[in-house]
Amino acid sequence: MAFERDHDLNLEATELRLGLPGRAEDQPTEKNTPFSGVRGSKRALNEDDSKTKDFSNALDTKKSDQESVPPTKAQVVGWPPVRSYRKNCLQAKKTESDLASGIYVKVSMDGAPYLRKMDLKVYNGYSELLKALEDMFKFKVGNYSEREGYNGSEYVPTYEDKDGDWMLVGDVPWEMFISSCKRLRIMKGSEARGLGCAV
Amino acid sequence: MLRMANSFPEEVLEHVFSFIQSDKDRNSISMVCKSWYEIERWCRRRIFVGNCYAVSPRMVIRRFPEVRSIELKGKPHFADFNLVPEGWGGYVQPWIVAMIGAYPLLEEIRLKRMVVTDDSLELIAKSFKNFKVLVLSSCEGFSTDGLAAIAANCRNLRELDLRESEVDDLSGHWLSHFPDTYTSLVSLNIACLVSEVSFSALERLVGRCPNLRSLRLNRAVPLERLANLLRRAPQLVELGTGAYSAELRPDVFSNLAGALSDCKELKSLSGFWDVVPAYLPAVYSTCPGLTTLNLSYATIQSPDLIKLVSQCQNLQCLWVLDYIEDVGLDALAASCKDLRELRVFPSDPFGMEPNVALTEQGLVSVSEGCPKLHSVLYFCRQMSNAALLTIARNQPNFTCFRLCIIEPHTPDYLTRQPLDVGFGAIVEHCKDLRRLSVSGLLTDRVFEYIGTHGKKLEMLSLAFAGDSDLGLHHVLSGCENLRKLEIRDCPFGDKALLANAAKLETMRSLWMSSCSVSYGACKLLGQKMPRLNVEVIDERGHPDTRPESCPVEKLYIYRSVAGPRSDMPGFVWTMGGDSDFKPHKLNII
Repeated sequence: MAFERDHDLNLEATELRLGLPGRAEDQPTEKNTPFSGVRGSKRALNEDDSKTKDFSNALDTKKSDQESVPPTKAQVVGWPPVRSYRKNCLQAKKTESDLASGIYVKVSMDGAPYLRKMDLKVYNGYSELLKALEDMFKFKVGNYSEREGYNGSEYVPTYEDKDGDWMLVGDVPWEMFISSCKRLRIMKGSEARGLGCAV
Repeated sequence: MLRMANSFPEEVLEHVFSFIQSDKDRNSISMVCKSWYEIERWCRRRIFVGNCYAVSPRMVIRRFPEVRSIELKGKPHFADFNLVPEGWGGYVQPWIVAMIGAYPLLEEIRLKRMVVTDDSLELIAKSFKNFKVLVLSSCEGFSTDGLAAIAANCRNLRELDLRESEVDDLSGHWLSHFPDTYTSLVSLNIACLVSEVSFSALERLVGRCPNLRSLRLNRAVPLERLANLLRRAPQLVELGTGAYSAELRPDVFSNLAGALSDCKELKSLSGFWDVVPAYLPAVYSTCPGLTTLNLSYATIQSPDLIKLVSQCQNLQCLWVLDYIEDVGLDALAASCKDLRELRVFPSDPFGMEPNVALTEQGLVSVSEGCPKLHSVLYFCRQMSNAALLTIARNQPNFTCFRLCIIEPHTPDYLTRQPLDVGFGAIVEHCKDLRRLSVSGLLTDRVFEYIGTHGKKLEMLSLAFAGDSDLGLHHVLSGCENLRKLEIRDCPFGDKALLANAAKLETMRSLWMSSCSVSYGACKLLGQKMPRLNVEVIDERGHPDTRPESCPVEKLYIYRSVAGPRSDMPGFVWTMGGDSDFKPHKLNII
């Protein structure tokens, strides 16, 4: 096998840089600048991924290697390696106005084998949220009207609010919704009928 | 020779084998000869599968027909830090379905990082009549409805342990499903649940189970009611409190202190959410007997922590927040001479400035003062090579050394040098080191040390370290006993990986994320190594839509006799043509 012949590796002559393989040899290296490892590797991740909205804007997708250290601290996914239930525990003491982090809620759909998580902050309103739900769970939600709820589908998006009540998604203003929504549930079938699905 | 082996009656061999419990030894026995293999496989009762995709349920069942206890692990360790996207895999359902027919007498299921559904739990509850032990460690995918099924149906249940699982907590009502006739509970851990369980149901349950040894409550159980609960179970060995706060009332305090002092067998305490320091003295009577103390949720300051740990002279294992500070660790070193394991967690992991006076000095003190210390997990903000050298010299008995300097690429704060030499001292002095996590500013040099000295190393975790492929090459070519390697954000690419491809078959798994391994190299590896599953995880879409030289987001490589799995989500691909694959038999169980 060809790659086994590289026993000596001769890595000095073919020294790899932090850039993508196949780039020009005279690229300046980022070895000793702080965050270089972070930025170099994040280049690959920071493309069109809604999850990257968690990263501060200090990390961007520019190819230039000459950037100076970002002034604010960039939060890297999974670093430091502290499990989420520990972070949640400590953050219970902090105020609710930590709006830099997303509002992740669990989303369940009747009949689906496992739940998903969504960041409500990513969406600007109900239409974006519903579209995302439709994409995620492969269903159609029907047309919403205040009087009749969701018309034309057996699926109804509902949410549990701070009081523990199950509400129809769409009734209250968007800002009020995202501050009171604890979890989402896509109801199906006869259970949905009671919640304003006009049939 | 063959005649000698056959002249022993099978029953005698079986009896001898029954004294051998460890998997490694059992595997060795099974390889002595064909008849030993046959005898052994019929009498093996416990199976441990470190990677649920390394083998298929059918293969396990075919070889071991009489299993009573199974342990399975699913997702890679970095899933704990949200590096494995949701939906990756690790479903237990196929295993449950297969075992229902094959192992009707199954008694124990232990799962770690697996997706467990309510369906799975219901199947377990209704299919295994003699079911005794369910441990779900860092699992997810199920709700309290599944727990209700377990409670209602498992007449012989002894252990229900939900450690750190993510449960869809619909209500606390599930606990009430334990029938009044059910009395065999030995261990219950519901610390990860959020909802309040019915307190009276809990009291009655505890009261009627005389063998209850371990009870870990959830945060919702109020402190005022703990005393009454304890009075029903004074035989408890392990207790996890709920929220440790209540209005300051002398009667509540004395009631609690009294109940705790009546628990003469108590060896382990945990819980302690929302601690009100005034209530801490209630546990003082238990301190001399404690061997394990988990204060990692307790947001109390070092003076209170010192008062507490100074009384725990028999402490062997302490988990605590960095509120303990250097001064608290000095006190620990002075009082707890039997300490074996220490974990110090960060109270403010995302803060830019240190919020507590905890430095490398605390770790130095403990390594000096505690001769039996062998396992450490330590989060801090500064470190020096000198300190690491001192620690290595003080304590050459480390088997597990995990140091997390919170800011990536942090150099030695005294000399501004990389921490290569410091970690080098650790691997050189600690000849029994099996697990290592490194951090701070590190060059390829540190990997040279690790490859040279880390001969017993089994698990290595790397992040933001190294300069080039040479680093990875040192590790893969030097660490003979390496089983699990997990890497994130290191400049390692194709060369070292391809040059050490054969090594990967001797390991359980390799994880690489945010590194520089190209799609082309992954494909090549997948094609050349049919006994490895080379999984590319990339949420940007199929790698074919990008150049072959483009690095993949994440890579998970593991050896398997089961071939590529068929339950992958849309963002995971197994490399290597299916037509090339021929299953090989490997004795890897």
